[in-house]
Amino acid sequence: MSEVNYFLTEEQQMIVDLARQITRDKIIPVRAKLDETEEFPWEIMKDLAQADLFGLYIPEEYGGLGGGCFENCLAVEQLAYGCIAVTTTFAASALGGYPICLYGTDEQKSKYLPDVAAGKRLVAFGLTEASAGSDAAAIKTTAVQDGDYWVLNGTKQWITSGGEAEIYTIIAMTDKAKGARGASAFIVEKGDEGFSFGKKEKKMGLRASSTRELVFNDCRIPKDRLLGKRGQGFIIAMRTLDLARPGIGAIAVGLSQAALDESVVYARQRVQFGQPIISFQAIQHMLADMATYIEASRALVYAIARTIDAGAKNFSKLSAMAKLFPTDIAMKVTTDAVQILGGYGYMKDYPVEKMMRDAKILQIYEGTNQIQRNVIGQALNKEYARK
Amino acid sequence: MNIVVCIKQVPDAASVKWDHEKGTLLRDGVQSVINPFDYNAIEAALSLRDELGGKVTALTMGPPQAQEALREAMSMGVDDGVVVSDRAFAGADTLATTYTLAQAIKKMGQVDAVLCGKQAIDGDTAQVGPGLAVRLDIPCVTCVGDMEIIDGGKGLRLKRMCEQGYDVVEVGFPVLLTTLASLNTPRVPSLKGKMRAKKAEIPLWSAADIGAKEEKIGLKGSPTKVFSTHIPKFEARREMLQGTVEEQVDFLVQKLKEAGII
Repeated sequence: MSEVNYFLTEEQQMIVDLARQITRDKIIPVRAKLDETEEFPWEIMKDLAQADLFGLYIPEEYGGLGGGCFENCLAVEQLAYGCIAVTTTFAASALGGYPICLYGTDEQKSKYLPDVAAGKRLVAFGLTEASAGSDAAAIKTTAVQDGDYWVLNGTKQWITSGGEAEIYTIIAMTDKAKGARGASAFIVEKGDEGFSFGKKEKKMGLRASSTRELVFNDCRIPKDRLLGKRGQGFIIAMRTLDLARPGIGAIAVGLSQAALDESVVYARQRVQFGQPIISFQAIQHMLADMATYIEASRALVYAIARTIDAGAKNFSKLSAMAKLFPTDIAMKVTTDAVQILGGYGYMKDYPVEKMMRDAKILQIYEGTNQIQRNVIGQALNKEYARK
Repeated sequence: MNIVVCIKQVPDAASVKWDHEKGTLLRDGVQSVINPFDYNAIEAALSLRDELGGKVTALTMGPPQAQEALREAMSMGVDDGVVVSDRAFAGADTLATTYTLAQAIKKMGQVDAVLCGKQAIDGDTAQVGPGLAVRLDIPCVTCVGDMEIIDGGKGLRLKRMCEQGYDVVEVGFPVLLTTLASLNTPRVPSLKGKMRAKKAEIPLWSAADIGAKEEKIGLKGSPTKVFSTHIPKFEARREMLQGTVEEQVDFLVQKLKEAGII
């Protein structure tokens, strides 16, 4: 854990302590089994609900705690120390819930948010499709108005908590000719007519999280399920991702910290050539780099999350930075952790091989790190054009 | 339903060290934690309240710092907490402790259920639960490993775990139960609970507040006198067995017989 004073409030420290306790008592003891069996972590979701953590970012009037991006980062960092598959399942509910929080009508918020805050219903966010990943504007799912209903057709791919969540925020094209301005956001519920799920994907890492296709086959939903205004779908999606990305950075920090801790403990007790391997500079320098990069990641995530909470207007660039750097570091740190543990690190008896498999997704989901660099680069270009 | 859960602060077993000369615990720098069995009592109390309504009050006897244990219980959902705290309570054995706790519970008025952990991991007597039931003159079921509400909330069906198996016991209210770890999985604290617990006022009740008689509390009320304590020494010795398998087995059997193990 960090020795740096990040000047947390008492309430923020409570969030850290509580999330750490759940990680220690509930996540770490079962993470290897969940990884092996790909079992959805319902028991842990119940614990997180009991702990009020699902309500962190939801306004108090809807049963939440009214926290911001920073509070969310503090919680997921601690949970990710135990298992990022579990944490992603938790965080995906916020990704699905943010659009309702940000753009929902009072009726939509009152209908959905109290249950989401109480952890009674998980939310999922559906943007990605088979041929629309980084190029999100290429989505093909359509929504056509039919009297008092919208009718959705198409297939979403790789949706976290697909099949397990009960509420889905879906981006679909309402005016194809308008391109990116022709997308709209909708709330779809599990059980809606014409809404079904594809097979559960088999993954390299993140195995306890459930990833499925969402299939819309003449799926009819009442017209009041439109979220925000017609044509606002991409703005909603981008705003949601901007808010969520520092959380992915925080997950990377938690995972990296866990990999470092495993590495130092091992390097202190593993004896080769008659001495603990931590006495070798080759190992020391790896550990030193890991520790330094992790603290830099943490400082970056915290500073940007706080900037967002302080009311920053356009924070796409900052948010991309808060995702990009810590996740690249997590890949490096977990890879080095396996290296330090050597053959043992490659075995499932130690947790670092899972950490390394899991880390890879952080560079891919919620916008690949190449896309993050595009966002940062394009923002720089715009900023300097104005100067 | 008025439910009381009795909890005890004990030294954290993971950080306990011994003074080998005096044969006592070194308490300096040792963190206090809630006795592990008491978490199961808290969970049982909360689940009874969740099902049947009412409130849960956590009770402990100890120094004012014991409020911290009650705040932890409150962060899990316990409604109120009371510490019975008085220098005159110091040195209490289980007889004096049960008297003191009973006086506090009587002050709370009508109580329908009292829950205690099976035993505390420091004293290990397992006497406070049953002793308290006698003081309160209510039925007692010890070592509860399973609990089910019956008769629409008028009673409980319990599994009382014994060495050879278990008894199934049905009991009405009021009742005192002592809980095992196998009874339930204690819930995690909640953020709202933690915030409420932090601000909660936890009263300290003195001997006078609970109308305790001086001769029945603390050292004066404790017939148990500890004359000496000793710390068992753990010595590991090693002897390698040599020869053929038959020779090794014969040698091992002989050694085990000499040691009185077989």
